[in-house]
Order: sequence, then C-alpha cells, then structure tokens
Amino acid sequence: MTLLSVQNLRVTFETENGPVEAVRGVSFSLGRERLGIVGESGSGKTMTGRALLRLIRPPGRIEADAMIFDGQDLMQASERQMRGLRGRRIAMVMQDPKFSLNPVMTVGAQLTEGLRQRDRLGWDDARKRALAALEAVQIRDADRVMAAYPHELSGGMGQRVMIAMMLIPEPDLLIADEPTSALDVTVQAEVLSILDGLVRDRGMGLIFISHDLRLVARFCDRVLVMYKGRVVEELAAADLMAARHPYTRGLLNCLPRIGGARGPLPGLDRSGDWAE
Amino acid sequence: MTDISQPGPPSRVAAIARRIATEGATLVVTLLGLLLMTFLIGRVVPIDPVLSIVGERATAEQYDAVRLALGLDEPLWKQFAIYVGDALQGDLGQSIRTREPVLEEIARYFPATLELATLATLFGVLVGVPAGVLAATRPGTLADQVVRVVGLMGYSMPVFWLGLIGLLVFYGMLGWVGGPGRLDSAYQMLFEFEVTQYTGMILIDTALNGRWDMFANAFSHIVLPAGLLGYVSMAYISRMTRSFMMNELGQEYITTARVKGMPEWRVVWVHAMRNVLVPLITVIALSYAYLLEGSVLTETIFAWPGLGSYITNALFAADMPAVLGGTVVVGAVFVALNMLSDILYRVVDPRAR
Repeated sequence: MTLLSVQNLRVTFETENGPVEAVRGVSFSLGRERLGIVGESGSGKTMTGRALLRLIRPPGRIEADAMIFDGQDLMQASERQMRGLRGRRIAMVMQDPKFSLNPVMTVGAQLTEGLRQRDRLGWDDARKRALAALEAVQIRDADRVMAAYPHELSGGMGQRVMIAMMLIPEPDLLIADEPTSALDVTVQAEVLSILDGLVRDRGMGLIFISHDLRLVARFCDRVLVMYKGRVVEELAAADLMAARHPYTRGLLNCLPRIGGARGPLPGLDRSGDWAE
Repeated sequence: MTDISQPGPPSRVAAIARRIATEGATLVVTLLGLLLMTFLIGRVVPIDPVLSIVGERATAEQYDAVRLALGLDEPLWKQFAIYVGDALQGDLGQSIRTREPVLEEIARYFPATLELATLATLFGVLVGVPAGVLAATRPGTLADQVVRVVGLMGYSMPVFWLGLIGLLVFYGMLGWVGGPGRLDSAYQMLFEFEVTQYTGMILIDTALNGRWDMFANAFSHIVLPAGLLGYVSMAYISRMTRSFMMNELGQEYITTARVKGMPEWRVVWVHAMRNVLVPLITVIALSYAYLLEGSVLTETIFAWPGLGSYITNALFAADMPAVLGGTVVVGAVFVALNMLSDILYRVVDPRAR
C-alpha cells in the first residue's frame, strides 16, 4: 500500500544571484517500509525531507506535480490542514538534540506540548503519556528527565527524548534526518535499535536520511541515492554494496575499511554524464 | 540523630549561598570603587571646598575652623574612610547652595525622574517588543520597513528638537497635553498640602489618595516627555528585538515546534520569545538605567525637576557635594539595575543558573 507518493518535487531558493535549485525533480513512493536517502552534503536530502512537511521557509519555494500522502495532496492542502498533519501523522527527528530541543523549556513541557495544545489533553493525562513515551525509548528515570532542561541531558538522552516526542502521537510517517550523526558510535547503535524497534512495532513508514552508506544498507529496505538535487539511483538496500551507478560506486570506494590499505582514499570521479 | 559532619545531599542550598556571597562581594567592591571615584574627583577638581563654604571674605581663622570641621587636615586614606562611613549612614554631605543634606534633596528630585523613566520604558517595551517581532516575522515587507524607518527616526532626531516641536504642536497649538512642569501651577500647591506623599511620584501618590482630577492633570503633563523618551527607547528596543527574534527563528528548535504542528503565534511568542527574552532583558535594563540617570535635555525643556536637572544645576553652581552625591546615587541605581537584570536573566535562562 502506498503511503506517500512524490512526483517531480522541486525546491528552489531565490537568491540575489538568481534562483538556486536544491531539489530538482525528485520522484519516489513509499509504503510502510524503511526508505533510506543517501548522498553527500548539499545533495538535497535534507531539503527533500523538509519539503514533505512543507517546512521550507521563504525565500525557499516548493513545487511538485503531486505529493500525495494517504490520499491527500499535500501541495493542495491549506496551511491549517498541514498543521493538522504535522506532528500527528508526519513527524521528523532532526540531527542534533543540542539544537533541536528548546533550550529554555523543560523536557516535560516540550514532550507534553503537543498533547496539551493540539489534542487538548489535561496536564495529568499528558504527563502519563509522556512518561510512557520516555519508557518506550528506554529512559529509566523518566521523572527526572521530565524535569530536566535539554542542556542537562547527554546527546543520546536528548535524541531519545526527541524520538519519544515525535512518536507520542503515533504518526504514520517518520522522517529521520541524520538522527544519529551527532552521537557517539556506541550511543548511535542504541538509538538506532530503539528507532528500529518502534518503527517495526508500529508499522510506520520511515524515511531515513543519512550520509552513512553502511548504516543505510543495514537499516533500510530501499535506498535512494541523491546527487545535486536529483535521484541518481534507486535500489534495494541489500544491493547497495553492489551498486552499479558510478556515483554510488564512487561513494562506496571512499569508505575506509578496517584492516584495509592505508593509502589515501580515492576522490569522487565526477566526469560522467550524470554529474552535470 | 543527624550528624553535622556528614556530607549533606548534593547541595543546591550551598550553591545558592555561594552565589549570593559572590554577588554580595562583587556588589561591595563595585560600590566601594564608585565611592573611591567620586571621592577622588572631589579632591582633584580645582574647587576649594572650604572656600566655597566660607566665601572669599572669610578670615584665616574661619577658614581653618571649617577646614578642621571638614576633616581636611586628616591623611587622604582617613578622609576616604570617613567619606565611606558617612555614605553608608546615608550622609552624602551638604549642598553648598542650599545648606541642605544632599540625600534629602535627591530624595525629592529622584521620584520625578523615576516616574518619567518608568513610564517611558513601559511605553518602549509595550510598543517596541511587538513592533520588533512584527518586523522579524515579516522581513522585507511594508511592516518591516515602517518599523525600521520609525525606529531610525527615533535614533537620529535630537531629543531636544523633538521635545520643542512636541510642545509647540501638542501643547501650544492643539492644547491636548499639559505644558512644562509636573502639574498645572494651580495643582502644584494642592499637591503639596492635600496629598499624602508616599512615593514622591505624583501619578502613584494621587492615585493612592484617590485624587483622580490631579492624577489626570499629572498624566497630561507627563505624557509628552514620557512619550518622547519612550519613543527613543522604543526605537532601540524594537531594533534589538527584531534582530534577536530573527536569530531565534532561524534555530532548529523552531523547526521542531513547527514539526509538532504548533500554530505560528505559539512558535513565535512562546518558543522563540522565551529565548529572545534572555538577551532582551539586558537591553531593556540598560535603556531603563540610561533614562534613570536623568535625561538632562528633556528635563530642561519640560522644566522637569528630576535628577538630571538637579545634577546639572549643581554643576553650574560648582556645588561639588551635590554633584558627587548625585553621581553616587546614579551609580548605585545602575548597579542595582544590573543586579536585577542578572537575577531575571537566571530566571529566564536555565543554562545560566
């Protein structure tokens, strides 16, 4: 079943030197599965994720032939309808909890905000739901974390709070934008396994944006490879390491290997037709 | 049984106590430094304090008697110790012009400045903050341009000119507001005799006494100078609010709030505003402190008997005890406001606690 279908998505920024296209005609569809989007910095993967929530601010502009989520075209939706979808049905986890949590509000206030403002729950009910959500991301002393401010949490703890906050309304689609890139390797594994379990249990669709090819190959079902705002290759995650496309091959070639040769890593060869 | 020697729980109380002690020590050092400055200025200026009291025709005996009475034969450090001791007991010396204690005089003049500065700051905040937010949320639009131009005018037009034009138009031509002074002269005497003065601020005292006729008259007098100073303060506050707000709106936690489906007013006024408040408090406190020093030009044009005109008049009369006493009070107000803004800063920013 198709949850989301995107046709010819474009994100353009008006600058003083004329328009800059960050996303240039991306199309894909997604069921209740895990789709990875990989690419180097500036390839347009983050902008693609934000465009799905229509969260590109002026001077940025979103265009698409269609962007259909569960039967509704997001391009035609009013801002009010979008607000109803955001958080409740489509959620997003961002890269670094140091910046993505409000520094002057307690974790509890931020966790319960959606429930109280959007769903009009009372403080007690909202608090119970928030505590349950914190337990679901394996935070033991949930009471203490609720009273804490973001700067009092470690990175891994912060990211779990972020995941808990986004999953409270049980969305159908979760966009995870480099959710583990700001974390230590050991914490990364924990956060990923939590995310993995939650997505599996609740049958959500997941868009996993990352520059880490090995991670995506392990974690996702399907992978889009983006370069300069375009999808250059789409393939099953299991086949990623055997990709044919020269850009994907190039990316794979610059991965260092433990026990491999210690010479300089090869750079990307951008001489093909695809790299225009 | 509790054992005193046992280490207590990870002590929040001790941390707070330590902080208060540090703050207190800073305060003492700052105030001592302030007194040292005014003391030294008093010694350095080429005005003989004895001569200014006894006059030029005094005999040598009279001169020496006053010199002894002022303690000027003591070594400098001892004079300073006496000065500090007196200041701590609320004795800032005697005005040479009026022979009255300086502190009592300041207690009469300062409420006028306090009233004016507070009303002006209130206006500056109530108009400046929303204007700054409006400009920040709609950059480049007409609203943004209007806020910018109005703010720029507040920066660049001299206050005395605006004051004169304001008086000419709103008092002289339209008669909408009261003229110079804090009250009509008819009310001036009534205020002295019929109103119990709790604070020296006319708006508050008349309200506490239920004299609303007098309150209305006082308001018609203060509205123009307060509006004028408030305009200047608004220009500054709106500009700072705009730039703080634009900075916060670019932060990632704002995206988080939007992802959660929060309406835009909540994103701006709750999520961003609470972060904007952190630097904004300092800005507001500084502009308030600046007004509390007494704006000489405005007080002169509006015949406002405030601290600014008190110090200026004392200066023209070479009345050094009054000038230095006024300076000490201004300095103390500045220090107090700084402390207040530090405390508020900690209230709004958990990272600073």
